[in-house]
Amino acid sequence: MSALLFLLAAVAVLAVWAVAIYNGLIGLRNRCENAWSQVDVQLKRRYDLIPNLVETVKGYAKHEREVFEKVTQARTAAINAANVKDQGLAENQLAGALKSLFAVAEAYPDLKANQNFLMLQEELAGTEGKIAYARQFYNDTVMKFNQKQQIFPSNIIAGMFRFQLREYFELEEPAAKEPVKVQF
Amino acid sequence: MYEQIARNKRRSALIFAFFLLLIFFLAAAFGELTGMGTGGLVFAALIAGGLSFLSYWKSDAIVLAISRAKPVTKEEYPFLDNVVEGLAIAAGVPKPRCYVIDDTAPNAFATGRDPAHSVICVTTGLLQKMNRVELEGVVAHEMSHIKNFDVRLQTLAVVMVGIIALLSDWIMRSLWWGGRGRRSSRSGKSGNAGSILLVVGIFFAIFGPIIAHLLRLAVSRRREFLADASAAMLTRYPPGLASALRKIAEDKEPLEAANKATAHLYIVNPLKDLKGAVNRLFSTHPPVEERIAALEKM
Repeated sequence: MSALLFLLAAVAVLAVWAVAIYNGLIGLRNRCENAWSQVDVQLKRRYDLIPNLVETVKGYAKHEREVFEKVTQARTAAINAANVKDQGLAENQLAGALKSLFAVAEAYPDLKANQNFLMLQEELAGTEGKIAYARQFYNDTVMKFNQKQQIFPSNIIAGMFRFQLREYFELEEPAAKEPVKVQF
Repeated sequence: MYEQIARNKRRSALIFAFFLLLIFFLAAAFGELTGMGTGGLVFAALIAGGLSFLSYWKSDAIVLAISRAKPVTKEEYPFLDNVVEGLAIAAGVPKPRCYVIDDTAPNAFATGRDPAHSVICVTTGLLQKMNRVELEGVVAHEMSHIKNFDVRLQTLAVVMVGIIALLSDWIMRSLWWGGRGRRSSRSGKSGNAGSILLVVGIFFAIFGPIIAHLLRLAVSRRREFLADASAAMLTRYPPGLASALRKIAEDKEPLEAANKATAHLYIVNPLKDLKGAVNRLFSTHPPVEERIAALEKM
């Protein structure tokens, strides 16, 4: 009788433990999703800022059409990118195009003193920082999630319910890791 | 990390419980001495409950008011707002509210009772003198204090120890004058007033060291090193914070809105005058050179 009770108690403890680990894994998976959508939020914010910026610069520097086109094209390419890898490349082109846009702005003192332009510049720098931090946080969260799937004893539960390891965000192309060269 | 959070929460609860008891005791003693009888106990309980409630839920507002900090919007300070939001994302905490102190001495602190109700406060001098990576380092340091629940412990310590000091001062004074009044009117009671003063003296002799110990719980030097290390983890760029610390330390101007009670909240001691032996004894921050050296080794 007491042996049966003991067995029941052991099973109950095991069940509670398994539920706790399972819930922990689900929580981490959702946090990964959330962290990834944070990146998208910031990327979208940047795409929204760019047309305003281009318009402001156009008001002072009408003749730099080539630069404006480059920025607009890179933005469209980045928005329409089908997968993460393409997006990474398009993002990089966009960053390069924006750099040349700001280089152009250097030649127009009136523009550099424009309050609206200064605000957009700060906004863009801030958003770029946030994109980087959002990606970093995504990778931190993925590391926690993957680690929980791999270490004992939570790996047993993860294996039973077929949790998948998540991929880190990284820039795959070696060229994308190098700073963009701007030539005039 | 989680251990640190648990310890901070435990210590906050300890300070809170101690504060509640002490206020109750002080108020009850006050009621007894002024002859309020059982009504005095109810009065004591009300005061203890009210003050504890106030100092737990409003401590951040009290600290901000003492420091003459004003809430600011994104439109007024886009630079600060963007940096704070970026690091909140990196730390995975809700974005703290931004406050600014109008003072040219560069410094910063964080307050609040938990990450969802937190505030990062910087001086206008900090915003003028720091570049982006330096400001990111400073904000990351404060963000680590928020994430670790250091802010709850430190803010509670400031407000509760402050209230206790204020109340004990008030009671001592009222006893002193009350005793003198009674002595002059009824000369036979003078022995009674003297013994009351003696009791109060013993009371503070006992509780003085305990209060000092509570403050020490909140202001450990390890906490600052830990926040520096976590800040480096958040920005992945230790030189930013190192350079910011150097700039803040080299600035010789004292921060006017800071005082002895709030000094330990700031990223670098805002009082600057660390000459006397007493000041060094109560020094709340490890030397900036040591912190910079630790950051440069990362």
